Amino acid sequence: MFEDLSLKLETALKKVTGQGRLTENNISDTLREIRRILLDADVNYNVAKDFIENVKVKALGKDVIASISPGQLITKIIYDELTTLLGGGQQELQLNASGITTIMVVGLQGSGKTTFCGKLAKKLKDQKRKVLLVAADIYRPAAIEQLKLLGHQIEVEVFSLQEPDARKVAAEALSYAKEKNFNTLILDTAGRLHVDEEMMKEVLDLKTIINPTETLFVVDSMTGQDAVNSAKAFNEKVNFDGIVLTKLDGDSRGGAALSIRSVVGKPIKFISNGEKLENLEIFYPDRLASRILGKGDVVSLVEKAQASFDEFETEKLEEKLRKNKFDFDDFLKQIKLIKKMGSLSSLLGMIPGLGSQIKNAQIDDKALIKVEAIISSMTKEERSTPKILNGNRRKRIARGSGTSVQDVNRLIKQFGDMQKMIGNLSRKGLQGSMKNFKFN
Amino acid sequence: MSLFKNFNINKLKEGLSKTREKIFNSITETVTGKAIIDDLTIDKIEEILVSSDIGIDTAERIIEDLRKSLKSEKNRSTENILLLVKDELIKSLQVKDNSNKFLSSKPYVILIVGVNGVGKTTTIGKLANNYKKIGSKVIVGAADTFRAAANEQLDIWAKRADVDIIQSTKGADPSSIVFETIKKAVDDKYDVVLIDTAGRLHNKANLMKELDKIRRVIKKIIPDAPHETLLIVDANTGQNALIQANEFSKVTDINGLVITKLDGTAKGGVVFQIVAKQNIPIKFIGVGEGIDDLQEFDAKAFVEAIFN
Repeated sequence: MFEDLSLKLETALKKVTGQGRLTENNISDTLREIRRILLDADVNYNVAKDFIENVKVKALGKDVIASISPGQLITKIIYDELTTLLGGGQQELQLNASGITTIMVVGLQGSGKTTFCGKLAKKLKDQKRKVLLVAADIYRPAAIEQLKLLGHQIEVEVFSLQEPDARKVAAEALSYAKEKNFNTLILDTAGRLHVDEEMMKEVLDLKTIINPTETLFVVDSMTGQDAVNSAKAFNEKVNFDGIVLTKLDGDSRGGAALSIRSVVGKPIKFISNGEKLENLEIFYPDRLASRILGKGDVVSLVEKAQASFDEFETEKLEEKLRKNKFDFDDFLKQIKLIKKMGSLSSLLGMIPGLGSQIKNAQIDDKALIKVEAIISSMTKEERSTPKILNGNRRKRIARGSGTSVQDVNRLIKQFGDMQKMIGNLSRKGLQGSMKNFKFN
Repeated sequence: MSLFKNFNINKLKEGLSKTREKIFNSITETVTGKAIIDDLTIDKIEEILVSSDIGIDTAERIIEDLRKSLKSEKNRSTENILLLVKDELIKSLQVKDNSNKFLSSKPYVILIVGVNGVGKTTTIGKLANNYKKIGSKVIVGAADTFRAAANEQLDIWAKRADVDIIQSTKGADPSSIVFETIKKAVDDKYDVVLIDTAGRLHNKANLMKELDKIRRVIKKIIPDAPHETLLIVDANTGQNALIQANEFSKVTDINGLVITKLDGTAKGGVVFQIVAKQNIPIKFIGVGEGIDDLQEFDAKAFVEAIFN
């Protein structure tokens, strides 16, 4: 399905190729395909419509710069717009330095609230905070039991009452927390539908009772068009501070996140993947933007590369490559650029045709970390003049980077091979090959 | 024909009322008093369809068909345009049920699968209650040994429905729970067995393998079981539900769908695509958290309830 879409997009992009200026006429096909891609990624109908309209306004009349194809220009505008929309106003979790911090977690049924509460409790406990989990989901069978089990696993106390009123649970939990000197309280509320007036009143009452420092809205990344309705209703009721996106370890494209951000304008604060209590991640807008545009998409790959490769850096690199002066410092810079583009495995997954083949292959992103550590342990002189790396120096580098001498030797050998290869390339005329730079 | 006595079309209508009003109002607003269907109307219909999660491909196909049939159609009244769209939707939901006849063999084994948080355990509670009510001897197996307190949750449902349960402990091998449940069902002559499984994202190879193992264990005791495998789909889910159905079908033969959480504003339109592409019928819908909030699915009633 995605392959089909990127094919259509490529066809549409060809229409813009060779045009000197972006016009309504030559970008309409591209925009139509982008709209399809967004709708297919579950971006809300009206959000997609507004988004395309914005892109159109930004694109029209733009001159096409010689070095960038018109197709790339329009994709860049789309990608930038998407990233801005997803990432605008990103913030950390608000934590009070003194006194008690209260966090209320709300959302629809089955979105992953209880699991997230467990993960957040672990994260905050690891930051040396004294955390109390509060089980205020008194409706779903065994919800309290579930939180208790999670609390037990991470050694965080769980407050619960045999009590048919969640408000009372919250009020008593708050006084208990104050009395026992907890500085962090996480309130797990029941899943509820935004059209359930009684339950929406309850969540507002809970908010009044615990006066949360942070109210977090948990949403399943697989949610479809209706995401805007529930998010809007919850926001109108409790005015939440941030969004938690769950189950992104599936293969949904997460368009709902864009819809919600556009409609309520609140930042995405966490990604909660999997049921292991360590799996709480920070949100990267650019990665989600690529995901929404589609994994097997050539354009997003080129775009991603382009965005990351600072033009100036590229020119400097070309110069060095031409003169065969590529050293460890440049190598480190390249590694950092690659990391900026996402993990190696996700990067490879974006190459059409290759994605499915390497799906189950294990790609070790940690190898890069090792390489970075080794280079970081070299002196300036060693980095620019690798020839001086004798046995003693190699031993010192291995110690400094926490690796073995074998690791250091292997890297230096690989680097030597690479330099040779670059030497050959530059003799054949690097200028041309860099211009046609493509990953496939 | 309805299997369960508590099947109540009014409850279904109630559950879908917000949806219905919204769609109906927008369509009537759109086409009232217009003799010729114009682009604006087409756009509006597209919006309504896409907003139901039906998917842009299906929406475009329906509109294309609508355009074609309107060419030769003299009657371009609101009613008739609605009728055409409705017919198209009902038609697309008509697929043959290839699961075994209910109680064709005893025990009749039903395996429940789906991704995390769609409402598998709740659905089992409701199903157990329904089968119990029509006089079947029912046992449930808690083979979700992964999520914290999943066993306790099913246990509470089993008590509510007054059926038996084979419980598990966290971290136990789900296959052994399944084995124990099926064995007891055969030995003690149960009519219906409902197996709860852990929620799994369909792209997790190991978990999907585990599901395959569960199936094999069931077959070891009853070769033609499971007699029904139901995929639970959350009505809130967007286009990913299509991939879910696709991936689960690869591991186990899915015989039917259950759409849950239809009592909200989500429309569950993605099922039109699943039915069309996977040739799987929709069997039940969930419209609340009460034990009686499970309805048998009826394509005509479903589409009628949306538009009437």
